[in-house]
Amino acid sequence: MSTPHHTAAHHEEENYLTHDSSIQSWLLTKDHKRIALLYFLSVTLFFTIGGLFASLVRIELLTPAGDFMSSEMYNQAFTSHGVMMIFFFLIPAVPAVLGNFLMPLMIGAKDLALPRINLASWYIFIIGASLAVFAVLTGGLDTGWTLYPPYSSAYSQSRVTIAVAGVFIAGFASILTGVNFIATVHRMRAPGLTWFRLPLFVWAHYATSLVMVLGTPVVAITLFLLGLERTLGFGFFDPAKGGDPVLFQHLFWFYSHPAVYIMILPAMGVISEIISTFSRQKLFGYSFVAMSSLAIAILGFLVWGHHMFTTSQSAYTGILFSALTFLVAIPSAIKAFNWTATLYKGSVSWETPMLFAFGFMGLFLIGGLTGLFLATMGMDIHLQDTYFVVAHFHYVMVGGGVMGYMGGIHFWWPKITGKMYSNFWSKLSALLIFAGFNFTFFPQFVLGFMGMPRRYHSYPEEWQILNVMSTAGASILAIGYVLPAIYLTYSLFRGQKAPANPWGATGLEWQTSSPPPPHNFHETPTVTTEAYDYQSLPLSATPEKGASHV
Amino acid sequence: MGSSFPPLLPPQASTVAVEVDALYALLVSITAFFTLLVVGLFLYFGLKYARKSESERPIQVHPPAWLEIAWSVVPLLICLVLFVWGVQLYFKIYTPPKDAITIHVVGKRWMWKVQHMSGAREINELHVPVGVPVRLLITSEDVIHAVSIPAFRIKRDAIPGTMTTTWFNATKVGEYHLFCAEYCGANHSKMGGTVYVMEKDAYQRWLAGPNAGQPPAVQGARLFEEMNCISCHRNGSNQRGPVLEGLYGKTVALKGGGTTTADDAYIRESITNPTAKIVDGFEPLMPVYLSQLSEEQVNALLAYVRDTLGKAERPKDAPAAGTTPLGSPTTSASPKASESKGR
Repeated sequence: MSTPHHTAAHHEEENYLTHDSSIQSWLLTKDHKRIALLYFLSVTLFFTIGGLFASLVRIELLTPAGDFMSSEMYNQAFTSHGVMMIFFFLIPAVPAVLGNFLMPLMIGAKDLALPRINLASWYIFIIGASLAVFAVLTGGLDTGWTLYPPYSSAYSQSRVTIAVAGVFIAGFASILTGVNFIATVHRMRAPGLTWFRLPLFVWAHYATSLVMVLGTPVVAITLFLLGLERTLGFGFFDPAKGGDPVLFQHLFWFYSHPAVYIMILPAMGVISEIISTFSRQKLFGYSFVAMSSLAIAILGFLVWGHHMFTTSQSAYTGILFSALTFLVAIPSAIKAFNWTATLYKGSVSWETPMLFAFGFMGLFLIGGLTGLFLATMGMDIHLQDTYFVVAHFHYVMVGGGVMGYMGGIHFWWPKITGKMYSNFWSKLSALLIFAGFNFTFFPQFVLGFMGMPRRYHSYPEEWQILNVMSTAGASILAIGYVLPAIYLTYSLFRGQKAPANPWGATGLEWQTSSPPPPHNFHETPTVTTEAYDYQSLPLSATPEKGASHV
Repeated sequence: MGSSFPPLLPPQASTVAVEVDALYALLVSITAFFTLLVVGLFLYFGLKYARKSESERPIQVHPPAWLEIAWSVVPLLICLVLFVWGVQLYFKIYTPPKDAITIHVVGKRWMWKVQHMSGAREINELHVPVGVPVRLLITSEDVIHAVSIPAFRIKRDAIPGTMTTTWFNATKVGEYHLFCAEYCGANHSKMGGTVYVMEKDAYQRWLAGPNAGQPPAVQGARLFEEMNCISCHRNGSNQRGPVLEGLYGKTVALKGGGTTTADDAYIRESITNPTAKIVDGFEPLMPVYLSQLSEEQVNALLAYVRDTLGKAERPKDAPAAGTTPLGSPTTSASPKASESKGR
């Protein structure tokens, strides 16, 4: 931060944070960067709430007996954890925070195509989230985040209707964000920025937006039907009235499986940027990686039935879903190989974002490969609804999604805030999260294969050691997540001032100042080269050594 | 506590468990290999090509096309092997052999209600003989549950309004966990108990012990009388429904084309939701009994149709299933049809 003594020499340029500091200017802002920050604060709050519920779950599972809280409370705790984390953290996290901030900057635009819609999406999100938080804090929700009827429609005594209304409303925020990104990529690219010159982050968000726009309406309708069933006694899912409870599962997973790709695809985009930047290599197999995002988005819509191999779903339907699920594994494999090959003959720098990218690689690989167990029909019968599934999707959604998000926050923090954070503490945090995560969730694979069902308040004694390991790991993980809250906040006040391009990256977002001016660029940039052109990167763009040390 | 060190394998106590574990070992090996390969290469390249100076500008590497093809095709081939093995095993686990004995399982919050065909009943326990294929016919009275027996590597959802099946052949006498694996509310984790695998003669003694009761087929025969099912399901001039003797396991022609196998799920559906599939040549006249019958009563009728009528001789003069029976009503003006309405 420049001190008063230096202001004469270094004139402080107005940036998007400082040009107007009134409350009104924040709450009515149409600036995508400020809306990204509003989303950042919101999802951080919901992550914290979801994390507290996770702590309650892990404390209960320290002992085999259900002795820390009642089974009703436990059921509310894991449900609230799931609902908060999935609908109000993981789904919006990367797109609505990093995507919002970076999409216009990366394509050389002043803003998103629809700035008012962007602001509206945040308000809609907050209304939906408030309803859901109200539901889980007063009277709770005990259906599991999957909300299967007839339990959710006819048996649960908890606040299902309000919570479902909250998720329903928040879905519109997701649709609006998706529409906005699609319009922006089509209409707002800088001169010379052709589709195959786009950064892979943009490709990944484009693919994600397709899923958000095409998938979210289906879950909205499904939740609407569930609301009608619960309040007015319609019989869509009630066999006594000619309905079918399995129909709900089809509709629910038609969205909720692609929703996993809403969580993971943008994180993959982040990882592509980080790995390329910190290897100074154009991403290996650029067009394969770009197309694999689209392939994942499309194939992701055709695999929902793999959640239902043990239901009454016909075996022949199951075969089709199993085959398609194996197919969707291929584009993910292509990405993993290309990321690794990017380091080959590169110039690799192990800064904090690269450590998170490494963590992503390790955890996402295990998450993806354990997905093969569950795609294999005969294997899935034994593993379905056990802790194996819990471990698998945490490896994908937290190991992949959250690691990508953390990597992205650390990568673009200098751009977003204009400040550098502590190298030491951030690297420590990356290592603690990686180690803590594995300690927490690896034992759960073993528990799952042993047969421990998920959503169990109490369990047989022989599984205590593995559960204690898991809870111990979760404590390390929690420290890993609390640390960034401290050193990132600290950096806002005491951090070194960040240069425009601290990592020597090639994206357009690094060509403008840190933090960017209100309208991103003083002149619309013109693009003449492909993405990741490190050869023509001016040597002066590299950081002054030690600038990042606090 | 059971043991001082965390166990890594659940007991292997059924014929399919061995095969499931072999597939598991293959999957674990694939996962370990690719994780170590990719993470190892990432670290190796990351250290070997570590940045030496800030002005370093490495030569851009242009990937050869064969490499992209190779790392797409090799995973695809591996997936193909897993897919085929998985499908084959799935059919094995969910297709009971012909000689399997039947046990009815009904889920209800928060208990498993089990009935053996001898009539013996139990709750949250399951006694089975060793070395005998056992077929579970599963349904639920309220919400969705799932029967899970990890030692046998089997699991199947219990869905209200639907009957599902799984089977096992226990290989080791002993006691194993019985769980509910599909979340069902407050006492989900208490819904279950123990599976007792017993020697065959011990199992016979157990069946005759304190848990013994009226066989479901006998109970079903009585219900069949009480509910006057015979008034329609009989051969002759008053016949309004298919003859049930010898029906079980046969192929049935359906009205509007197509056929179905008269298995347990079909017979159950025909009792609880008779208009779902109408046998060719008959009218949808049968009342819906769903609200009048408990799941146990439906199971009893099912057992009677399957085990008693199913083994009975089909009447010689009865028409083949799926052909128009003599005297069957074809129009609502028929006096017999209006008679049936009055009942």
